[in-house]
Amino acid sequence: MSDEAPAPAAPGVGVEEQSSVGVQVLGYTVGLAMAVILTAVSFYIVHSPLIWTPGIPMGLVVLAIAQMGVHLIFFLHLSTGPDSANTVLALAFGLLITFLVVAGSLFIMANLNANMPPMGQIMAMQR
Amino acid sequence: MSVATASPDDPHAVGHGPRTEAHGGVASKRIIVGYGFWIFLVSDIIMFAAFFATYAVLSGATAGGPSGKDLFDLQTTAVETGCLLLSSFTCGMATIAAHVRRQGWFQAMMAATFVLGAAFIAIEVHELAGFVGRGAGPDRSAFLSALFALVGCHGVHVTAGLLWLLTMMAQVYAKDFRDDIMRRILCWTLFWHALDIIWVALFTLVYLIGSAA
Repeated sequence: MSDEAPAPAAPGVGVEEQSSVGVQVLGYTVGLAMAVILTAVSFYIVHSPLIWTPGIPMGLVVLAIAQMGVHLIFFLHLSTGPDSANTVLALAFGLLITFLVVAGSLFIMANLNANMPPMGQIMAMQR
Repeated sequence: MSVATASPDDPHAVGHGPRTEAHGGVASKRIIVGYGFWIFLVSDIIMFAAFFATYAVLSGATAGGPSGKDLFDLQTTAVETGCLLLSSFTCGMATIAAHVRRQGWFQAMMAATFVLGAAFIAIEVHELAGFVGRGAGPDRSAFLSALFALVGCHGVHVTAGLLWLLTMMAQVYAKDFRDDIMRRILCWTLFWHALDIIWVALFTLVYLIGSAA
């Protein structure tokens, strides 16, 4: 909360809106640069001989999570400050549900597939 | 932390220290509106999670048809990603222009965002139409049904965001940076950045891992 910033017309604006234009532009530029680097690395390592092939998907997932973090911090202005506490909590709940839906679906469907008798056997049972 | 005594900063003596916004009591309308829209975005992300889960379960069910490795062209995906990432940046520039009440810069940055977003949609439609033309439409296999549902759902969101963008340009042009218009701009920027985050998950899990596997 700096005092030298021009007084905004709307009440209750966040911290990021009270810093100068240059600082704000710099924030978005840093975010863009980091996102571009992470994206470029993602596209590079897909067919790169540098990485052990079975490790590529995990590497891609790590890079994607890092890039989402960059987007949240530099574009959506999420922070650890008290102003963001509710927002972060809501997001954390959303991520919990996302994890339950995705991991639960994969687990249940893999289990069903593993316990499913071969197709020929099902056909025989239906006669 | 501090002793709970009533003060101008803390009229109900709840002892959370001095407040950083508003004057105690209820938060400002801008914060409430932003938070409410954030809740919507979280629910939207959960809906996308269902589509992602469907795709993850069905990604191997190609029914003898083409797999992701046969279909995906990573150069197209890279161009799409560049368009959406740059549009997120110009969207941020438009936000800054709105904060300092610069009509010209705001309209220019929103127009740039629209062009980049429209380019993204055009490339995506062209790509999906190409799949259909090669006999790999959503009716070919469960994998392609899930792919078209997931990518199409994101595309519909971006299209809706583009229409909303044009509405915001017109409203700022007609009504200037009024408080209610500023709240709508806030919601729209949240929506646009969230779509870019979903695209990060999409291009990684669908396109990159699909063509690596």
